Amino acid sequence: MQARDIVFFSMQATTASRGRTILTLLAMAIGVSSVILLISLGDSGRRYVIDQFASLGTNLLIVIPGRSETIGGPPPLLGETPRDLTLDDAIALTQSTAIRRVAPIIAGSAPVSVKQLEREMVVLGSSSDLLEIRHLEMNQGRFLPPGDLDRGGNVCVIGSKGRKELFGNQQALGKWLRIGDRRFRVIGVLADTGVSLGEDMGEVVIIPVATAQSLFNKVSLFRIVVEASNEDAIGRAKKAILSIIRARHEGEDDITVITQDAILATFDKIFRALTLTVGGIAAISLVVAGIMIMNIMLVAVSNRHSEIGLLKALGAPRTQIMGLFLTESALLSITGAFLGFLLAYSAMKLLAGFLPEYNLALAPWSPVMASGLALGTGIIFGVLPARRASLLEPALALSRR
Amino acid sequence: MIKLQHIERVFLVGEEEVHALRDVDFSASGGEYIAIMGPSGSGKSTLLNILGLLDRPDGGTYELDNIMTTSLDDKKQANVRRHKIGFVFQFFHLVPRLTAEQNVELPLVLAGVDKTERKKRVLETLESFGIGDRVHHRPDQLSGGQRQRVAIARATIMKPTVILADEPTGNLDRASGNDVVDILEELNSQGITLIMVTHDPELGERAKRRIKMVDGRIEGDTATQS
Ligand SMILES: Nc1ncnc2c1ncn2[C@@H]1O[C@H](COP(=O)(O)OP(=O)(O)O)[C@@H](O)[C@H]1O
Ligand SMILES: [Mg+2]
Repeated sequence: MQARDIVFFSMQATTASRGRTILTLLAMAIGVSSVILLISLGDSGRRYVIDQFASLGTNLLIVIPGRSETIGGPPPLLGETPRDLTLDDAIALTQSTAIRRVAPIIAGSAPVSVKQLEREMVVLGSSSDLLEIRHLEMNQGRFLPPGDLDRGGNVCVIGSKGRKELFGNQQALGKWLRIGDRRFRVIGVLADTGVSLGEDMGEVVIIPVATAQSLFNKVSLFRIVVEASNEDAIGRAKKAILSIIRARHEGEDDITVITQDAILATFDKIFRALTLTVGGIAAISLVVAGIMIMNIMLVAVSNRHSEIGLLKALGAPRTQIMGLFLTESALLSITGAFLGFLLAYSAMKLLAGFLPEYNLALAPWSPVMASGLALGTGIIFGVLPARRASLLEPALALSRR
Repeated sequence: MIKLQHIERVFLVGEEEVHALRDVDFSASGGEYIAIMGPSGSGKSTLLNILGLLDRPDGGTYELDNIMTTSLDDKKQANVRRHKIGFVFQFFHLVPRLTAEQNVELPLVLAGVDKTERKKRVLETLESFGIGDRVHHRPDQLSGGQRQRVAIARATIMKPTVILADEPTGNLDRASGNDVVDILEELNSQGITLIMVTHDPELGERAKRRIKMVDGRIEGDTATQS
């Protein structure tokens, strides 16, 4: 039998029992679309978080004071408090060849005012390298000037939102503003890069780290952000940081170094697991659709006893009968899957319209997955009815009317 | 050439064994016209089903055109059905969703014959059976006589050597029944072996050889009695 004729014959058979066919197609479509949709949503979420993390910078390492429990090793005796991270620690890190840039960070919040207008804002003390490390962009003016870390200066860079709140429509560049009781000249305005992971660079004021130390009256750093010289150097950079700080902290490992790629990998894993779980749950609806297909085919086999007997009388061997009925269930499931794919596609388009910032899209492999799922479901649940049909005794099948 | 030897067929109905065929010996040569008669339940259909390879005997051997069919596997048996045997049923067994043309085309489709070739042969056959104007009608749009003619067209499209007809007129009025038998006899005159089960003595008389079955046995055969 020619392939075209098999498909044509099976198509005629499925369209002959319209009501059941439509119901089955619907079930299949819902099953496939929910699997595709949920997996794609999970995947979009994963990509969103990863992108956000990646946009923080490349090859980043973050040095935090205090040892995290997960690093292991014996617990410190007598519960000693960790040593502070100092500016000199940060400067010392630049010696390593595995490290390209270092930016110390002090963070705090302080009232920021222009004339009568006052706002409580996040104030970051850092250095010129922060611009490159954090992939920040300037809208106007310059970033903090390079130079000695322990030499401050009464200059500041403000975020785009802060600029709007403090200066309205007026020019901010070159103007003075007040942080606490000190005056700073605005030398730059950051470009609006949006929110990344809740850290809104639009609302910060960045000042030289030494000035921040005296403003907040503390020497200890909030953290040090380090950029490794390249991707392969991340591991070496981490080791270098640990050994340099250990040497400076009298042999104590009292810091924690987090690498960006480790965080990325962790999030990647979590999201993949989540996606698979959700997809697996959705797959249950596919099983329901599969059982519907099996049912409709079993009904078809028992309704079409005499037709099957006839096909055998006309010279169809068992394998051919099997093939015809499998084709029927495969057609049902593939058509259902195609509809399901369209359904998922339009639903995703709709969602993406409502949530443009998340870059929602169907996973690129979802058409492949849809057809795979469909064929799998159709064939697995089609085998039993097809076998039953192929094993009918022709004389018996024909004698029943 | 047909040769049955010691054919047994036993059905299990509940606990009870029903002997549909008991030690049946039967042979026929090519081109014969045979009527099988006998009371209801005497095993006529069972015999025909075994001749048509729609049923397997529980004992005995069946040779068709020098092929020992009883030892063939499913695929080879199907192949013999496809090429050597045409079946005509009391209840027509047309596929209701297919047109007359598609029903007749079915054996060719199953055999993988090309579309253009199929079309030609089907139209020729339907023409010659006098239903060339009913090509696109479905079975429910045809009269009983027309349905049986479509069924006979389907049974002959593969040019079989034997036609097995199980009460082909059982569901027809006398006039269309006679037409159908005329067609079958015409096919027989072209050299096809015709074996027909019938209740109707008048139709039975038309056959050159008559076999009478009683209780699963061949009780009379005009070929051996005379
Ligand atoms: N599939 C079957 N299962 C059980 N008994 C059957 C079956 N087919 C036929 N029989 C029995 O075998 C006997 C012969 O049946 P059949 O060949 O149909 O007779 P006929 O065609 O001469 O009326 C009957 O007693 C019938 O009940
Ligand atoms: Mg009968």
